[in-house]
Amino acid sequence: MDAYRRRKVIDVGARAACVAATLLAVVPLVSVLAYVVVRGAAGLSWSFFTALPQPVGEAGGGVANAILGSLQLVGIACVLGVPVGVLAGIYLAEYGRGRFATAVRYAADVMSGIPSIAVGIFVYTLLVLSMRHFSALAGGVALAVLMLPTVTRTTEELLKLVPDSLREAGLALGVPRWRVVLKVVLRTGAPGIATGIMLAVARAAGETAPLLFTAFNNRFWSASLVEPIASLPVQIFTYAVSPYEEWHRQAWAAALVLVVLVLLMNAGARVLTRARGRSR
Amino acid sequence: MMAVEASREAAPTPGSAGDTARSAEARAAATAPAVKMQTEALRAWFGAHEVLKAVSLSIPERRVTAVIGPSGCGKSTFIRCLNRMHEVVPGARSAGAVLLDGVDIFERGVDPVLVRRRVGMVFQRANPFPAMSIADNVLAGLRLNGVRPRHPEEVVERALAQAALWDEVKDILSRSGASLSGGQQQRLCIARTLALEPEVVLMDEPCSALDPIATARIEELIHELKDRYTIVIVTHNMQQAARVSDFTAFFYIGELVEHGETDALFTRPQKARTEDYITGRFG
Repeated sequence: MDAYRRRKVIDVGARAACVAATLLAVVPLVSVLAYVVVRGAAGLSWSFFTALPQPVGEAGGGVANAILGSLQLVGIACVLGVPVGVLAGIYLAEYGRGRFATAVRYAADVMSGIPSIAVGIFVYTLLVLSMRHFSALAGGVALAVLMLPTVTRTTEELLKLVPDSLREAGLALGVPRWRVVLKVVLRTGAPGIATGIMLAVARAAGETAPLLFTAFNNRFWSASLVEPIASLPVQIFTYAVSPYEEWHRQAWAAALVLVVLVLLMNAGARVLTRARGRSR
Repeated sequence: MMAVEASREAAPTPGSAGDTARSAEARAAATAPAVKMQTEALRAWFGAHEVLKAVSLSIPERRVTAVIGPSGCGKSTFIRCLNRMHEVVPGARSAGAVLLDGVDIFERGVDPVLVRRRVGMVFQRANPFPAMSIADNVLAGLRLNGVRPRHPEEVVERALAQAALWDEVKDILSRSGASLSGGQQQRLCIARTLALEPEVVLMDEPCSALDPIATARIEELIHELKDRYTIVIVTHNMQQAARVSDFTAFFYIGELVEHGETDALFTRPQKARTEDYITGRFG
């Protein structure tokens, strides 16, 4: 009976420790969110979403071009990064055996640990120096490079979760290997891969360092690949380090917009996963 | 033991001893089935490990051939060679010939993909595609092969009816295949195979993960299917082999020990090893 008691006490204690640790982990998240909301909400207005930035000293103005610019940059990054990442993941999961695959896998792991500012310098050297000016393209490439390892490894891991029995089922139906991979394996893993891509996108959308010397910034609208382009993180950075009170206010508001944008992407990824998952 | 020895000497061909056997043989001769598939000195390896040792066996058309034997005797490997699924496993290889209508499926220039369309396969564990509906599962073989049937509903109904599943799922065709019970999933896999209208259907222990009722349904189904298809079924359940098959092959450690009509093999095995196995002395 004594041993039983002891076990009960330990059980309760362990559970309490788990709950406490969870709360501790949630505290920074909630406080960051709350702080951003409190400081940022004051600066929000309709024009904040529709207007271009104003010169110093003039009131009002918004970050419309930065919001659109962020979406453009992320779009470019997706167009470049997602196909390469998914295809590389398929290679690793379905065909990759031997040394080359091991090397690719290792490279992807190392790449995901490279500081984003190093990626920015790399793209600066590669594109900005050779093109002689900052550009949306360079920013998109930098974000794509950041997304690549995540997308590759997520795709690989998710495809490996697809049971071999499904591959065999496809092959036994007289379906060529490549079609089995495309229509059975990839389709089965698609919801998970979509989630992985969304998370990679959300991460890329919040990156500042690699954009500072690739996409740079722009006070105006830009639809050009070869012109500098505004983005929310860089705009926040610019405003935040400025000495003007009005700009600080706008930096907080822009931070709120960015956080909400990233949260929406994460939520979208979840909805996507769940919607597909339900049809199972 | 003595009886077996005696009958082996007296009767070199299985099933020719005794009146009943003679009449059975006569019946068999009258409706002698054509040979659909034939293996000639078929050998198979996983890496350096030889799992099949020169197996020569003929598989009669529109009959059920059961392959029995203890675990690890090579029976699954054997039928996986019949549609070239063995070679899909990394490190696996094979030698010898497998004739399908007289043509070696291992010959150069024969596409394994085309062989598998003629020789379908049902696996031990039901493996419907979870991302597809019941109807799409049935159509998967056609669609994935780029065939767009003009009346897909008819294909679905015909295949599901043949697999004795239609009545149970006709109102839930758009539901996921994974939502069915184990036995239903296995029949769905059979329907998926039949939708391709193969000539031979290989079944690798199709009932081993099913309860007795689901097993009985599949066995009934096999009875119905043999009018149209040549069936090879691997089973570790001897009662099942006796119930569903016309011919039985007994494998032991990679070798074909004995092969003959099921009735004869179970009542008068010619080899001591076969008798030991079917009477439960080992395995």
